[in-house]
Amino acid sequence: MKTQTFDFKSVLKTSLLAGGILIYLALVGLLTAFLDRDIIYKTLSLSFALVLINNFVFGYIAAQHNSEHKWGTAIGIGVILGIVSTAMLSVLVLISEPLNMREMFVNASPTLVKALTFENENIVQGLLPLVLMGTASSVLGAVTFVLPPLWRKVLLAALIAVLAIGTLEELVSDVVTNIFKLFGNKRAAKPALKFFFGRKGWSVNGAIIMFVAAAVGSYLWNWRGSVVKEKIGALPKTAQRNLRIGTLIFLFAVAIFLPNILGGYLSEILVTVAIFTLMGFGLNIVVGFAGLLDLGYVAFFAIGAYTMGVLTSTQLSQTTELVSFGWNFWAALPIAVGMAVLWGILLGVPVLRMRGDYLAIVTLGFGEIIRVLALSNFLQPKIGGAQGILGIAKPTIPWFGGAIVLKSSLELYYLVVVAAALAAFVSWRLRDSRAGRSWMAMREDEDVAEAMGINLIKTKLLAFATGAGFSGLAGAIFAAKLTSIYPHSFNLLISINVLSLIIVGGVGSLPGVVVGGLVLVGLPELLREFSEFRMLIFGALLVTMMLVKPEGFWPAATQKRELHAGDEVEPTPTPEAA
Amino acid sequence: MASILSAKNVTKRFGGLVAVNNVSVEIPEKSIYSVIGPNGAGKTTFFNCITGFYTPEEGEIIFQGHPIKGIPTDQITRRGISRTYQNIRLFSNMTAMENILVGEEPRLKSTWIGAIFNTPATRREEAEAAAEARRILRFVGLRGLGDQLAKNLPYGAQRRLEIARALASQPKLLLLDEPTAGMNPNETAEMTGFIRHIRDELGVTILLIEHDMRVVMGISDKISVLDYGSKIAEGAPREIRDNPKVIEAYLGTGAAGQVDPA
Repeated sequence: MKTQTFDFKSVLKTSLLAGGILIYLALVGLLTAFLDRDIIYKTLSLSFALVLINNFVFGYIAAQHNSEHKWGTAIGIGVILGIVSTAMLSVLVLISEPLNMREMFVNASPTLVKALTFENENIVQGLLPLVLMGTASSVLGAVTFVLPPLWRKVLLAALIAVLAIGTLEELVSDVVTNIFKLFGNKRAAKPALKFFFGRKGWSVNGAIIMFVAAAVGSYLWNWRGSVVKEKIGALPKTAQRNLRIGTLIFLFAVAIFLPNILGGYLSEILVTVAIFTLMGFGLNIVVGFAGLLDLGYVAFFAIGAYTMGVLTSTQLSQTTELVSFGWNFWAALPIAVGMAVLWGILLGVPVLRMRGDYLAIVTLGFGEIIRVLALSNFLQPKIGGAQGILGIAKPTIPWFGGAIVLKSSLELYYLVVVAAALAAFVSWRLRDSRAGRSWMAMREDEDVAEAMGINLIKTKLLAFATGAGFSGLAGAIFAAKLTSIYPHSFNLLISINVLSLIIVGGVGSLPGVVVGGLVLVGLPELLREFSEFRMLIFGALLVTMMLVKPEGFWPAATQKRELHAGDEVEPTPTPEAA
Repeated sequence: MASILSAKNVTKRFGGLVAVNNVSVEIPEKSIYSVIGPNGAGKTTFFNCITGFYTPEEGEIIFQGHPIKGIPTDQITRRGISRTYQNIRLFSNMTAMENILVGEEPRLKSTWIGAIFNTPATRREEAEAAAEARRILRFVGLRGLGDQLAKNLPYGAQRRLEIARALASQPKLLLLDEPTAGMNPNETAEMTGFIRHIRDELGVTILLIEHDMRVVMGISDKISVLDYGSKIAEGAPREIRDNPKVIEAYLGTGAAGQVDPA
């Protein structure tokens, strides 16, 4: 990390920025909207936590550039930053009373003044705690940077754990209750929850215990993690394999019980995440492996969904001139995937000679064409136009004469997760094969790849077809989940979301697709209670993330093949090698 | 000796510019044949005509008795011609091993279905391909560097890796485009020795492009000289060295007889 010498001007600049953001937060209303939303019950509201987080982060940043890793300097920086930034906010509070700004800034209100002065009659006196706590927080942030890396990680992990769980307290409580329910003792959950959580957010005791627990956990992970890894590496091969199988079984068990643990709302989110992850795996092959920028990916999703709709709908005759086919889900599924693959290839052929931006534009057009066609009067008699298709069949599983209908998100979860797992498996096998290498070579340099004997036409079409197939599968499940589809469900935003998902996760990385799906699709849903601030928070998180980790959350690892894999086939040296 | 490749009256134009003008060469099997000429003489264009990257407007290219003009690049590689590039063009974000494995592509038969189900045949082929790649790494002297990303290798190693990648398809004719560009005299000497070693050990015919005459004089069996797209001389190194036309092309009019270009 780059550290420079102490530079007062730079510290002041960061301080002004921190203060500016505090004023911004106040004026958009974030500091008043969540006054009742406690992170620690009756102690710390989410709104005030934002002030502290802001000062902590800027304290850290200022220390990073100026502290020279010295304690004294760091504390000094924290004090300057804390006082300057909170003073700026205080000025806003002081002038908002005599200088009525509410015409322009709705949120510069008495509520804001009350909140930031802790309802003190004397405003100047009331601002003191804000300045003190804000300064304390920025000093803590600055000092955190000076800490040795291990302790820095531990402290950050503990703070983040307390904040994140406190913010999502309601969901966490539900999950805990569900876990107790799973073990047949729903009642035992109550006292535990009561001890750890207040009516909203943590109880003070709970927050302290969580902080310590997270710190200890992070300490063990960061300090002991490498030792454990080494020990596992030293185990004999059979033991390592058993360990891997054990882990897989454990993950499998978790996956099975997950919907029960998470409850209805979170399961619903999870199904959406899994559908997008499934699409992500497909686009990851096209963009991540083969380097073909496809912006019309939603087209194949739509084709899969519409094929499923037309084949299984029982109410087709109401909106179209077709008599219902009335197939069941499983019969229609391969046709839906097949149609998507077919169109993947049909689109692939004309764009074989295109690269980069040009390819992106053409695929973008293709995506729009499919949506407009679905909406058109021309196809209205066949696929329903703007009225869409209703009465799409739910998947059923035959079971001793009868049939289980997968209707709730809890049940659909299994179907989607199996599909996503299948896509992940296929992606993984293809990536490590001859096809995967050809894709990557093509991504690196198309001309040279061709000169190495790679058939570009076959290689590109295989990528397009596989990617389209996964998307079609996702579309078919999506249609069955909603039982009705409309053209406007298949807009450009879906293509962009899936593309962002693989970029956020790490282009070309398989775990990255899952992480990207959770962050990009799951997080906005979790933040739903923050209503109009949801996208602001989410956007800020994304920008921060791309600045801090541009390679994605879980970047693709380089394969080790010479010295690690396939040692058993090491040949005897040939004469030419001698 | 039978010729492995013969180009007859090859002409390639770009608009009004004649980049290669009526060039004919016969490359004897298992020889080291060099094409030299000043910068911009049309050497690389001539290369690109052989590998199918360009299709010449006129003329014929015969490889092992079959015409190959107009055949797609990847098919020509599968027939046994592979090449390196003047400005190194490795797959820079892939490891050295992966680069060589891509080079082995023409010899691999496994399909994507086989890959998904991880069939025994696929597993065997992959294991053999990896073993072969390790063998080639050793042959070019890059043992132990296989897991490095190509872009992280030092310059000389990148040159060698590019040759390794080209050798991986087990070509009958290897085209090297200025393999010593950017090298100091020591590295150049090492590289020329290595080129001879490739021919002697693997029995590969080598077609070499150079603009530095000193490099080719020592190792070439036969040399052609291009200037402004046309062949101005052909012969053994000694004949080329003394050819006044060649000296003129390299050093300008009036220089013949005054300077020894080698």
